[in-house]
Amino acid sequence: MFASCADPSTIEGLHWLACYLTSGKHMAFYASFGTVMLLLAITAPAALAFGFAGAMATRSRLWPVQWLGRGYTAMVRGVPDIIFFLFVPIALDQALEWVRHKTICPDWTEPVRRGSDFVVCAQAKLPLSTSPQWVHDTYGFALAVTAFAVVFGAFAANVLHGAMRAVPRAQIETAEAYGMTHGQAFWRILVPQMWIYALPGLSNLWMILIKATPLLFLLGVQDIVYWARELGGAKTSIYAYPHPDWRIYYFLGLLVFYLGLTKISEVVLGRLNARLSHGQATLAGEAQRKATA
Amino acid sequence: MKSLILGTAAFALSAGLAFAQDVVRLGTEGAYPPYNFINDNGQVDGFERELGDELCIRAALNCVWVTNDWDSIIPNLVSGNYDVIIAGMSITDERKQVVDFAQEYTPPSVSAYVGLAEDADIEGGVVAAQTGTIQANHVVDTGATLLEFANPEDTIAAVRNGEADAALADKDFLAPYVAESDLIFVGEDVQLGGGIGAAFRKSDPELRDKFDAAIQSMKDDGTLNALIAKWLGAESPLF
Repeated sequence: MFASCADPSTIEGLHWLACYLTSGKHMAFYASFGTVMLLLAITAPAALAFGFAGAMATRSRLWPVQWLGRGYTAMVRGVPDIIFFLFVPIALDQALEWVRHKTICPDWTEPVRRGSDFVVCAQAKLPLSTSPQWVHDTYGFALAVTAFAVVFGAFAANVLHGAMRAVPRAQIETAEAYGMTHGQAFWRILVPQMWIYALPGLSNLWMILIKATPLLFLLGVQDIVYWARELGGAKTSIYAYPHPDWRIYYFLGLLVFYLGLTKISEVVLGRLNARLSHGQATLAGEAQRKATA
Repeated sequence: MKSLILGTAAFALSAGLAFAQDVVRLGTEGAYPPYNFINDNGQVDGFERELGDELCIRAALNCVWVTNDWDSIIPNLVSGNYDVIIAGMSITDERKQVVDFAQEYTPPSVSAYVGLAEDADIEGGVVAAQTGTIQANHVVDTGATLLEFANPEDTIAAVRNGEADAALADKDFLAPYVAESDLIFVGEDVQLGGGIGAAFRKSDPELRDKFDAAIQSMKDDGTLNALIAKWLGAESPLF
């Protein structure tokens, strides 16, 4: 990184540490914190969208749609997360490649499954083996985000479904008395009011999502856990910066990071809760009204 | 006119494909110094990095390196995530049933036990080894209790913190740890496997033959021996 770090074996003390902490590998480690934040930033809205669709499907009056919504939440909630995280990316990858294979190379006569090989024609491969490495990384990351969104979407669907049922029936009755259609009552009356009932469940999910991000490591994405383990392991003199087993310090760093992240989340969610309670016929809303009165 | 355009497009596509096949993805573990490891710049480095780059030059291939955990390294080769495994993998009959190997690029390697004391019990005690390696199979055969770890680094850590009496791994991998810490070699060296080789999908014999020829040319002109001496140490057996 710096010119004075050209030969690490000749420097020591704080200078050594400064060079060590700015090595190319450490830069990749710092960048991987961005990967985790990006995962959270994409997965949270995606899971919420899955959840909202699931909750609406469960409420549907068309039985096939209702059956689909119920099936989705029941299945995902009933299977251990880790199995889903391992299953979804592989299944999705093979399904996409198979569909591309069937459309792009219809003349291919050899079977796709050959013994233990899953071989599609080179043009159908996802991503193409000619693609630069960042395409491979992005594709792997996208599969991971999908797996996270599917799993957390099912839990969100259950929370939102419960929240929709918690909105006082009198509100909907009033809307109907004003002549609103079913859809209007849903979007104008029910949805804006349900969030306060959904928030405790959703904030729990958010916390669990934060804590589930190290599963990225399991999916082969080079996240902070991967780099912490890689950097912390004992290094012999074949490396430029030899050191004994320092994994405990790296994992301690991750611990502080996650604690900080959840603490910030708690503060933000607390404020959101206060805001959503405003004017609601709940205990919190009532307490706010009394405080200002 | 239309068929002319189509024909041109088809030609452009096939030309692109011919080029496409020249990009070869090399998969390695990146956690097995001095064979392969991630250096301080975050790049794959080591004996196999230098060897693989040289082989790609000789075979006129455009290669890129990717890393993958050891325990899923064969399944991901088979499903086409990369095209070659160059990861200190010993050639065994068991692996040959799933993948094809090019000729070995190191002579049959010596494995050794490391422990904290001379009298470490390697026959009936607890011995650590990496999952899915020939060393792990050997520990089971000796009758010692096998303690498996997903990466080689953890087997050494297990010996240090007393979880295991000894660890079994390639001697070339262990030598730097013995030289630079309080670990010592225990017991006799054991001869396992048929040398280290690069693995390919069974459906990809052309690529295998290209690498096979390149390895042969490196053996013939002595550059492979020079690489072994440089990375694996002067005591490592040569061709």
